[in-house]
Amino acid sequence: MARITMREAISKALWEEMERDPNVFILGEEVGVWGGSYAITKGFFDHFGEERVRDTPIAEAAIVGAAIGAALTGLRPVAELMTINFAFAAMDHIVNEAAKLHYMFNGQFVLPLVIRTVSGGGRQLGATHSQTPDAIFAHFPGLKVVSPGTPEDAKGLLKSAIRSQDPVLFIEHATLYQVRGEVPEGDYLTPIGKSKVQRPGRDVTIVTYSKMLEVSTRAAEQLAQEGIEAEIVDLRSLRPLDMSPVLASFKKTNRAVIVEEGWGSFGVGSEVAARIYEQAFDYVDAPIRRVAQKEVPLPYNRALEQSALPQVEDVIAAVKEVL
Amino acid sequence: MQKAEYLELYHQMVLIRLVEEKAAQLYQQDKIGGFLHLYIGQEAVSTGLISARQPQDRIITAYRDHGVAINCGISAKEVLAELLGKATGCSGGKGGSMHMADVEKNFWGGHAIVGAHLPIAAGLALGDTYQKKDAITVCMFGDGATNIGFFHEALNLSKVWKLPVLWVCENNQYGMGTAVERASAVSEIRQKALGYDMLNSRVDGMDLMAVRQAAQEAMAHVRSGQGPYLLEAITYRYRGHSMGDPERYRKADEVRRWQENDPIGIYRAYLTKKRLATKAELDRLDKQVGAEVLEATQFAEASPEPAPEALYEHIYADN
Ligand SMILES: Cc1ncc(C[n+]2csc(CCOP(=O)(O)OP(=O)(O)O)c2C)c(N)n1
Ligand SMILES: [Mg+2]
Repeated sequence: MARITMREAISKALWEEMERDPNVFILGEEVGVWGGSYAITKGFFDHFGEERVRDTPIAEAAIVGAAIGAALTGLRPVAELMTINFAFAAMDHIVNEAAKLHYMFNGQFVLPLVIRTVSGGGRQLGATHSQTPDAIFAHFPGLKVVSPGTPEDAKGLLKSAIRSQDPVLFIEHATLYQVRGEVPEGDYLTPIGKSKVQRPGRDVTIVTYSKMLEVSTRAAEQLAQEGIEAEIVDLRSLRPLDMSPVLASFKKTNRAVIVEEGWGSFGVGSEVAARIYEQAFDYVDAPIRRVAQKEVPLPYNRALEQSALPQVEDVIAAVKEVL
Repeated sequence: MQKAEYLELYHQMVLIRLVEEKAAQLYQQDKIGGFLHLYIGQEAVSTGLISARQPQDRIITAYRDHGVAINCGISAKEVLAELLGKATGCSGGKGGSMHMADVEKNFWGGHAIVGAHLPIAAGLALGDTYQKKDAITVCMFGDGATNIGFFHEALNLSKVWKLPVLWVCENNQYGMGTAVERASAVSEIRQKALGYDMLNSRVDGMDLMAVRQAAQEAMAHVRSGQGPYLLEAITYRYRGHSMGDPERYRKADEVRRWQENDPIGIYRAYLTKKRLATKAELDRLDKQVGAEVLEATQFAEASPEPAPEALYEHIYADN
């Protein structure tokens, strides 16, 4: 095990998969000569060459569309969308093509495709460049959506995504790249569609993923000083959504707070809360609380933006409400 | 043009340059956040272009918008205040570098999704045509933006509906780190107009007077009701794509060569040669602009932050 950053973990997973399987290749804006706008593919262009590390024009629909086509021929493309905000320019190909072809043609079409992209706010990029619309993508059966919160899971999930026979949207977070953690060397796979308890506790269940795992962990540490032990379940995959660890935890604590960075309306928290109410109603001791982004497009101004994003204090306050 | 107008254009170019140099400093001091795409090197394009518009004409551009904002008449104070996220900024501190606008000045914004504002430009022109207004829309975008579907849909629509749009491609040789010829099937961007049977031309974007003349001709065509026109301005950005660009895709030498052809230098030479200004006069103007930027910076720094309630303002126009 080595202690490496999220950036290194993602980069390693990609590198190892490309070394292992010549059918894996990368396409996207600035992935080659530039080395990736978040430096994930730094050094790849020189090592793997321009055939396998393909700089594309600014053309998101063509990036995803071409990746789908190449996947249908048996290749394993890893398409990079610079940020998830630009995925809207490729929405038809993600939703109407990638998520549909296998089903609609009765299993004849197989698309081992990964779309890597970056979500999240907090960097003063303004309304168009700061969104966390992850939940939207989890709406569509046929598409798998994963979003790691730790370097270990980032490596394991990306490798699984590349080896998956299905289209997988792999959502990274812009402000997690420097986060460090222990990551197993070599062939380490994390199954898609498995939630995980990241911190054990007895008093309350916090359900979260990605960047909000970090925020929730800090909240849990502060709560622990007051004698409140929060159990944190990291969803890791939004679709398929694995409720087992959530329900097991909830049946123990009888209280839950769901923390997501995106807007709460029609969001991850709504979905998880509904499933808890449906599947564990008898165990509910307090109304479930959701912590999410304020319902506004994110502004540029630093203080305003921070006031709209879920903070550690918001998580603590929500936990205290359900206790 | 009268002498004062010639000098006003000089003033605008120097103002853009100095405001942006100041912005780069403020960014280093962590007073500006997010992305900061500088226009330095490209000043002659927007200055020449916008000098040729009439007040009723609409301007719309991408995220590299500080220069365009200044040419449209937004003050250095409001530009710098926006960059600092202040309530006095042209977007109230909510837009930032990439999202400046002032509708009263007919500047319809900086737009940060590549190519997305082109169909909107077609719609602005449609609105004017529909309402029988004698206005045209000038839509600026980069070379990289001509590779996304939005560009092609908008150009086609504007031609089919004969919309009064002047499409202006600022070909600064790169979209981020990707050279034009690595991303575009034709490196002469104006050729893309041919597929839409659209009039087009190419101009030296470092030469203010050349841009102004080309813009006047193109605008006359668009205004006459004969439909859209694509103008390609050949230019270069001296700075990185945004702050913190490692610039691995080009050599310092290449940047230096373009800098020898500096738009402000070319225009200075033009003004002195035509005896429209002496070197001393221009030097004095430079100093004045320096003082103006200093004052604007002080204004921006002293301005208030937006009120916390501003977060919830303008989500919808309905009450
Ligand atoms: C749809 C979309 N894809 C990607 C980006 C990221 N991006 C921002 S600017 C840019 C390059 C644009 O190049 P060009 O159009 O030539 O304009 P320039 O920056 O040279 O002025 C890219 C890829 C974006 N903002 N929007
Ligand atoms: Mg460009």
